Amino acid sequence: MTRSAMDGFRATAHELRSLQAQRLMRLLFLMMALLLLVPVLGILGVLVVEGAPGMTWEFFSQKPSKLGAAGGIYPALVGTVWLTAVALMVALPLGVAAAVYLSEYARDNWLTRIINMAIVNLAGVPSIVHALFGVGAFVHFMNFGESILAASCTLAVMTLPVVIVSTREAMQAVPKAFREACWSMGATRWQTIWSIVLPNSVSGILTGLILVVSRAVGETAPIMFTGAVFLRLVPPESVFDRTMALSFHLYTVSTQVTGVPRHVPFAVALTLILVVLTMNALAIWFRMRLRGRKKW
Amino acid sequence: MVDLPKRRPDEVLVHAKEAPPAIEVARLNLWYGKFQALHDVDLTIKSGIVTALIGPSGCGKSTLLRSCNRINERLGYVTTTGTIKVLGEDIYGEQASRIQVRAHVGMVFQRPNPLPLSIRDNVLFGHRLHATRHSSRADEDGMVEQALREVLLWDRVKDRLQHKATGLSLEEQQKLCIARLLPTKPTVLLMDEPCSALDPEATSAVEDLIWDLRGHYSILIVTHNMAQARRASDECVFMLMGRVVEHSATEAMFVSPQQQQTSDYIEGRFG
Repeated sequence: MTRSAMDGFRATAHELRSLQAQRLMRLLFLMMALLLLVPVLGILGVLVVEGAPGMTWEFFSQKPSKLGAAGGIYPALVGTVWLTAVALMVALPLGVAAAVYLSEYARDNWLTRIINMAIVNLAGVPSIVHALFGVGAFVHFMNFGESILAASCTLAVMTLPVVIVSTREAMQAVPKAFREACWSMGATRWQTIWSIVLPNSVSGILTGLILVVSRAVGETAPIMFTGAVFLRLVPPESVFDRTMALSFHLYTVSTQVTGVPRHVPFAVALTLILVVLTMNALAIWFRMRLRGRKKW
Repeated sequence: MVDLPKRRPDEVLVHAKEAPPAIEVARLNLWYGKFQALHDVDLTIKSGIVTALIGPSGCGKSTLLRSCNRINERLGYVTTTGTIKVLGEDIYGEQASRIQVRAHVGMVFQRPNPLPLSIRDNVLFGHRLHATRHSSRADEDGMVEQALREVLLWDRVKDRLQHKATGLSLEEQQKLCIARLLPTKPTVLLMDEPCSALDPEATSAVEDLIWDLRGHYSILIVTHNMAQARRASDECVFMLMGRVVEHSATEAMFVSPQQQQTSDYIEGRFG
């Protein structure tokens, strides 16, 4: 019989010290994790407390007056929807097509590696650099002028890496066995993609897409030189119009205009955050549905 | 001359020594990149019987099987020399289309892999790929019933044809994977360890089914399971290091193997 067993399996002094250290570290890590909540709760708390008085129906439905110091944000809200929607219409087909190629057709060769490297680098480019690229490429070279089209194309280029990577991952999550089954029966790659791979990755693609939307909604730099304006009292009517946007409006009312009541910038920011949070909630809901449905 | 008793039609096919071979492999060499997986394989698989491919892991039996419906080509780095003829036609010939080859040479995988579609759509998947025009609903219904009857699954699933195939038991899934090959009227069925993911009861059910299909189709089956090869095949091919070592009637191979390596393997001295 060993000593500890004779002693009723009592822990030794050494073990007690290890246990104590383990509890201490656990506490430490918990604190660090909890610390993360502080900025989130802080931001939301301040915005709700400060911005709530400004959140009225008139605020959402009326056009601004006194350079945004009074009135509402209606044109900016509509403008943000335009910018985001057009950006999606550009980024979605391009990104999904590229992802289909990379996931289903590309072999591991130098070309594929260069493309992958380009995607990673594109994701790492600062948004203000995208803005300058947008001015050069879309406003001047493509001659779109400063417009929703130019701004949305810039947003699309910026969000393309996310669309590609999330779509590719969603497609890669479809088991290889399904592809083999299709091929072994004589399906071409395209038949396999169309009948099996895409239908089974569509929820994942949508999830990625919504994340992209929430990113595009909030961006300021890429649109401020390419199509967003300080003040335009009517909502845009075509993609060649310039437009107000929530994110840019937040910037102007908080830094460029004097005499703005304290609650206005907070209310704009709260609206922006609510739009983004709604998008993220949708993404989470989609992901949960995806998990519930997959049974292979 | 003696008057032979009348055989049932499927038995006639079984007794097919004179029928043209199902598969003829001649001087087949295959490389994965620089690694040579098959060396000068010459092999004739008779029509209408079950032939088992046995041998230790990595001996090339799966590679040989997968070459027979050109599924190996999906890996970009495979090179092949030599010929494989199915019903006398070279499947690697210049005019041969992969898609046609695959309609005539069906493949069953180790893990049942029904597509995430309904049972009915699974059975019709291959047919719809190859059909030149749209079949009527009644035609399709007939096809589904016939294929599912052939694999002894009809009575079990006829009331839930619209259910997802991925919800079936593994045994049913594997039978469905066989059923979905049948509407394109294949001549050869390739099976890559079709029972290795199944429990003993399901294994025996699928083996019975394979035995049932024998005669209507020429079946080439890879197996790790010596007992299965002995139970469920007419002929056996023993492979080692990418070469065919011995090919004979199953009973002969298990009772009196001609090569030392074969008897060592069968008795479990390696592998």
